[in-house]
Amino acid sequence: MATPNTPLWEVFIRSRNGLAHKHVGSLHASDATMALQAARDIYTRRGEGLSIWVVPSTAITASDPAEKGMMFEPAESKIYRHPTFYEVPDEVGHM
Amino acid sequence: MYTQALNMAEADDRGLEDAATAAQFQTRIDADERIEPNDWMPAAYRKTLTRQISQHAHSEIVGMLPEGNWITRAPSLRRKAALLAKVQDECGHGLYLYAAAETLGTSREELVDAMLAGKAKYSSIFNYPTLTWADIGTVGWLVDGAAIMNQIPLCRCSYGPYARAMIRVCKEESFHQRQGYEIMLTLCRGSDEQKAMAQDALNRWWWPVLMMFGPPDATSQHSDTSTKWKIKRFSNDELRQKFVDATVPQAQYLGLSIPDPGMIQDADGHWRYSEIDWTEFKQVLAGNGPCNRDRLAARRKAHDEGAWVREAAAAYAAKRAQRRIAQAAE
Repeated sequence: MATPNTPLWEVFIRSRNGLAHKHVGSLHASDATMALQAARDIYTRRGEGLSIWVVPSTAITASDPAEKGMMFEPAESKIYRHPTFYEVPDEVGHM
Repeated sequence: MYTQALNMAEADDRGLEDAATAAQFQTRIDADERIEPNDWMPAAYRKTLTRQISQHAHSEIVGMLPEGNWITRAPSLRRKAALLAKVQDECGHGLYLYAAAETLGTSREELVDAMLAGKAKYSSIFNYPTLTWADIGTVGWLVDGAAIMNQIPLCRCSYGPYARAMIRVCKEESFHQRQGYEIMLTLCRGSDEQKAMAQDALNRWWWPVLMMFGPPDATSQHSDTSTKWKIKRFSNDELRQKFVDATVPQAQYLGLSIPDPGMIQDADGHWRYSEIDWTEFKQVLAGNGPCNRDRLAARRKAHDEGAWVREAAAAYAAKRAQRRIAQAAE
């Protein structure tokens, strides 16, 4: 007999070093409580984190890889957004 | 390795894909870029990876059975806790891998059903029995040792989700091999009977472990495209030789002898092993190994007996969702 599909969740963990929550993988669970428990068992067996977020995969809207040129090119062509674009004389020292 | 069925012949079903798009894909691979789930990929790349990653996942799950066999009979609480943690890791590895396989568009339920129906393969090695406690030591030392040899290059595989799953798996696998070797060391430093038990386990596992790396390069039919796509970075024979060279000194330290009287060290320091009995390998892959039927029966039983849990969890989630809708309407 075919097994009915269980919803997919994306798991984010904040490690001890104070960084932001980071995507670590996904899992299946029928509700949020079970998703959190499963995330604890699957992704933090060796003290990988101090906080877990689980998000239904269907709640994520992703950018289209085919449009990545159009999406990200504007950032590449604006070199004046980087500090190295500006000239500061050596005598001024570190800035 | 965990995906030996990929070495079997299969119909080439590469359809007529746009040549320019395909060439662009190959350029990305050649530039060592990672391919991500929503990127364009050839249908054959998707299919090969779905098969490879799901077989790898099935191997992790079925691999819990030979070791789970000894949890209740571990010789001490320390050994029991370690074995329990190891078997739990194998389950975790299976789950990371199913999640990676699913990103290619096939649901975990379909993948699991294919395994339970006997349509999907898992590694031949898990069709051998664990007869004594020394087998648990040997499985950790050699089976996990062989797996590490195979999995380290997979951390650089071209498919992003698979490579990332492998990084997690490799970090955990090292504990498995060390705990296995420690069991062997304890037995080899024990009584004559204990040392004989360790030797007996090595005798039974040695050849099946060498077979884990898959057929010799000359007869393996999938290596070419897998290499071109950077799914596979070393050939079966290269990995097998690396494993043998790493393992022989470890066996010598234990004072155990490799059950291959014809083995010699060549001028370059490589340990040359004798001819492998590939008929045994084919028999095991075809379903005629010592434990094939037991393993599938155990998986099916676990799946069937867990049906009520899946149904109850789904019913509870549905009830809660209904209640939220009702409350929102008030």
